[in-house]
Amino acid sequence: MLAATVRVTRDLDLAEDAVQEAYVSALAAWERDGVPDRPGAWLTTAARRVALNALARGKTLRTKLPLLLEPEAVPSEEPETIPDDRLRLVFICCHPALAREAQIALTLRLVCGVATPDIAHAFLVGESAMAARITRAKKKIAAAGIPYVVPDRSELPERLDAVLTVVHLLATTGHVDPSGEQLVRVELFERALDLARMLVALLPGEREALGLLALLRVHGARAATRVDARGRLLRLEEQDRSRWDREAIAEADRLIVRSLKAGPPGRFTLQAAIAALHASAPSYAETDWPQLLQLYDVLLRVWPSPVVALNRAVVVAMVRGEDAALREVEALERDGRLDGYRYLPAVKADLLARLGRHEEAGEAYRAALALTGNEAERDFLSRRREGLR
Amino acid sequence: MPQYAVLIYEAVPAEELPQEVIDEHIALDGKIAEAGGRSVAGLALQPASTATVIRGGEITDGPFIETKEDLAGVFVIEARDLDHALALARMTPVVDGAVEVRPLVDFQVVS
Repeated sequence: MLAATVRVTRDLDLAEDAVQEAYVSALAAWERDGVPDRPGAWLTTAARRVALNALARGKTLRTKLPLLLEPEAVPSEEPETIPDDRLRLVFICCHPALAREAQIALTLRLVCGVATPDIAHAFLVGESAMAARITRAKKKIAAAGIPYVVPDRSELPERLDAVLTVVHLLATTGHVDPSGEQLVRVELFERALDLARMLVALLPGEREALGLLALLRVHGARAATRVDARGRLLRLEEQDRSRWDREAIAEADRLIVRSLKAGPPGRFTLQAAIAALHASAPSYAETDWPQLLQLYDVLLRVWPSPVVALNRAVVVAMVRGEDAALREVEALERDGRLDGYRYLPAVKADLLARLGRHEEAGEAYRAALALTGNEAERDFLSRRREGLR
Repeated sequence: MPQYAVLIYEAVPAEELPQEVIDEHIALDGKIAEAGGRSVAGLALQPASTATVIRGGEITDGPFIETKEDLAGVFVIEARDLDHALALARMTPVVDGAVEVRPLVDFQVVS
């Protein structure tokens, strides 16, 4: 509804106000006349009317005059334009001219409708700081003239990648809260899942949207088993596979196949394929490691990120042995781009421990612990380190 | 159409710019017009080492802000929106540096 109203106002604040006012007038009107058949359409129409009136009163008339020519629809049914409007709103919120934190905050606020204090809480930022961040971003949208459009074909892949990155970040923040005490922050993850579903519905031909949804489905399928009853982090080989959500994994498989059929896979589809391959193995030992390594090789080609290289090293250990993997991890260490990334010393520690080099492993666990704020992860690393003796 | 300033930051001094880059600069206005925009004005600046700063009435050696890539020039374009402005600004030839796009304040008042 907000999305549909922005299309009329071209002004996010005005649209938000109009939507609020529409809700208020709905309370009165529905009490009087009963709830209409299509409350959503009713509200959208009301919000648009409020917005148009505000515009007509000259509040923001200056540069927006021509926009009033937009046909003022009084939709008799749910307007068909709504999906498009939501898509435009997502692309505005995730515009590359906005800082990543602003993209995330705006998407949650305007697309998902999460209240500002809740966003602040989720990202461990003060409420006023978060409100200021959102205000600044909205001001930039207005002042710089970020357009309310779905990017055209030539730009869509790049722009969609920015949107998918934001959604993925939301999901992973929901997955491992970087500094809180709770491992899974379900709410953010659910929002991310909703957004991924929406993107697939609105852009059905986009392979990477399918890939992201598949990836999130697999993550979600395993979420309940990532910690034990006492909230302790469990490794993949310790997780109870019988509790994985088979339905979700099957859906992920279908999505991945759809994406692969449509063309060469991008990074989200490949990550989904990797996650799904893990998820479909009957046990850790029976995982198809050579196939995983192949997928990682392709992933590293389309997305040469040091984080991918680190994850690949874990698989290298299973296929070619710990020594080979350790050499790759050490090369990444020298590369320097992962300085301060807690999973690098954690992976190194694990490899060293498996090679029986306990002293060096203890050293690496200490380094990993120093970089970790999440309680569940700290506990996990401490237990691993104590297990060396 | 809204106006945007395009600030050109370039590590290569103007006199050392290769001829083809200069040719591209000369052709830029036409290319912007072809793409549905308009180039309103342009300024090319002498190197930062030639700048003089006046602050609080006191005169000192410039520039005011030292950067690895000099502010080498500014031009003003008209574009439909930011995406259009970015597409136009992207055509600016830069050897080693970047361009920054900034919306201009619109002082025009409609009562």
